[in-house]
Amino acid sequence: MKTVNHKGWFFVLPVLLLVAFNALIPMMTVVNYSVQETFGNNQFFWQGLDWFEQILRSDRFHAALGRQFLFTFLILIIEIPLGIAIALSMPRKGFWVPVCLVTMALPMLIPWNVVGAMWNIFTLPDIGLLGYFLNHTLGINYDMTQDPLAAWITIITMDVWHWTSLVVLLSYAGLVSIPDAYYQAAKIDGASNWSVFRHIQLPKMKTVLTIAILLRFMDSFNIYTEPFVLTGGGPGNSTTLLSIDLVKIALGQFDLGPAAAMSLIYFAITLLVSWLFYTLMTKDDLN
Amino acid sequence: MAKITLSKLRHSYYPNPKSPSDYALKEIDLDWKDGGAYALLGPSGCGKSTLLNIISGLLIPSEGRILFDGDDVTELTPDKRNIAQVFQFPVIYDTMTVYDNLAFPLRNRGRSEDVVHQRVTEIAEMLEISDMLQTRAASLSPDNKQKISMGRGLVREDVNVVMFDEPLTVIDPHLKWKLRSKLKELHQRVNATMIYVTHDQTEALTFADQVVVMQAGEVVQIGTPVELFERPAHTFVGHFIGSPGMNVLPCELRNGAAYFGDTAIPLEGAITGSPSGKTEIGVRPEFVSIAAQGLPAKVTKVSDVGKHIVVECQANGQRISAVTHGSAPEKGADVFLNFQQDQTRLYVDGWLATQIQEAAV
Repeated sequence: MKTVNHKGWFFVLPVLLLVAFNALIPMMTVVNYSVQETFGNNQFFWQGLDWFEQILRSDRFHAALGRQFLFTFLILIIEIPLGIAIALSMPRKGFWVPVCLVTMALPMLIPWNVVGAMWNIFTLPDIGLLGYFLNHTLGINYDMTQDPLAAWITIITMDVWHWTSLVVLLSYAGLVSIPDAYYQAAKIDGASNWSVFRHIQLPKMKTVLTIAILLRFMDSFNIYTEPFVLTGGGPGNSTTLLSIDLVKIALGQFDLGPAAAMSLIYFAITLLVSWLFYTLMTKDDLN
Repeated sequence: MAKITLSKLRHSYYPNPKSPSDYALKEIDLDWKDGGAYALLGPSGCGKSTLLNIISGLLIPSEGRILFDGDDVTELTPDKRNIAQVFQFPVIYDTMTVYDNLAFPLRNRGRSEDVVHQRVTEIAEMLEISDMLQTRAASLSPDNKQKISMGRGLVREDVNVVMFDEPLTVIDPHLKWKLRSKLKELHQRVNATMIYVTHDQTEALTFADQVVVMQAGEVVQIGTPVELFERPAHTFVGHFIGSPGMNVLPCELRNGAAYFGDTAIPLEGAITGSPSGKTEIGVRPEFVSIAAQGLPAKVTKVSDVGKHIVVECQANGQRISAVTHGSAPEKGADVFLNFQQDQTRLYVDGWLATQIQEAAV
């Protein structure tokens, strides 16, 4: 017979308390706001699920959500293959390894709002290094404060610059963990470079790539600081991503109820997509 | 199938080797006969894997040449040499089925699917993995994974040589024996030259017709398992092969006879050359007997290892092991040891220095 020992629960208690204070309780206040209307003075009126309905039916929300998915999709299809390609071309041993690793890690060490400010100044048409070069040397009309396309190109480039390193470092970690014997066996088996990538490197990188894609999805889907500092969501609303829109509603318009409802929907979407992705990526490993 | 010749082979992992100790391989001249089963035996770090990688083409030697049937292949890449190699840890392509794993080397060389099918089924049957052909290779146990690695080595019908680099390291002991006999059987069936690298004497002696013993980058002796056991060319071989290893006793030469302490030890035959340097007597424990007279010794330890009893004695400050069957003296007893003359040899600076007395045989 198996003896049941309930003392084990006491060991989980500290974690439970910690999670309660840093996640559950703050989130409950958001839930609280999402079903009520307030005009200040700490007066609340019951609103039911009206805010949720309003958000889900709003064109503004749909547009922001669309932009958000487009942004995340674009940076993923650029950063993941680019990251793998860079990791593959990095040296495996020797003097250049630490040089490459540190160079790769540098962009990730820069605070997010600094990244936004850097790229803002960098691309300004009259004084920015890149902006001036494009406009005055090459004669291309490039002004992200006027042109939505230029604004999009700039935020995508900025994110690729800032975060491809993460994919590179994770892929590289996966690559260096492959024993030499695999490459030697492949050489003897007469495998082409593509076969080596397809049948040895990619399968061995799968776990770290899953983590890389998951992290890049979550981070890019929740991105706020960099595009806010860079474009402020403009020109117009063209780069107003979900989080920027959320802050506009909550702090700009002070519509706390709809903002709270939107936060919860936003959270649910992030959670759902992450879960779907993780389940799909790991379902092969189970059997 | 080919005869493999190593000619004046030297290798160093340093770009500019200066002293002999910079060389992982020191001047090797060796012929591997077509269709032979060879073992490359030696302790870790003796250069046997280096030698193997040079034959397979994963490593280009610093000096010397490798010939396959007289053709120089020293500069050729592994896939051009038409060889196969099985590594210490099983290498399998995780995402493929067992069938695709076995078919991989053939498909890479553009063989038709008919040929692929025929070869894969044949090899799978030999290795007794036919029932797993459609399972994903990643889900198999280590011994089955290693079987697939071996299968990929054997699937091409025209390989010059199949090399095994300590292939049974990760295999459970009871399966080791099975896989080893499987390999031996495969060698008889496919008739390819096989080179088996190991530091385990049992593996080497059971697998190979010819064993090449290496130490510190040098080939010390080449011979059949029986030759290595009975006439080690070097005290290292005597130590390394056999359990317990050969007794090696320092001795003095007086008037052409060998003295261990004050006792004259009769040797198997005449001493070759005029020995100068460190002289030692070598005799295997199997040929040391406890007798009524001979070398006086004291028993220090008696261990019953099952099929025989190992008696350790002390004489003139040296440890001597003897193997006996049946009764053994007790610990602490004073005994006399007798060395069987035709199995007692002299070694000078480690190398064998006596001749077989033809008349005595």
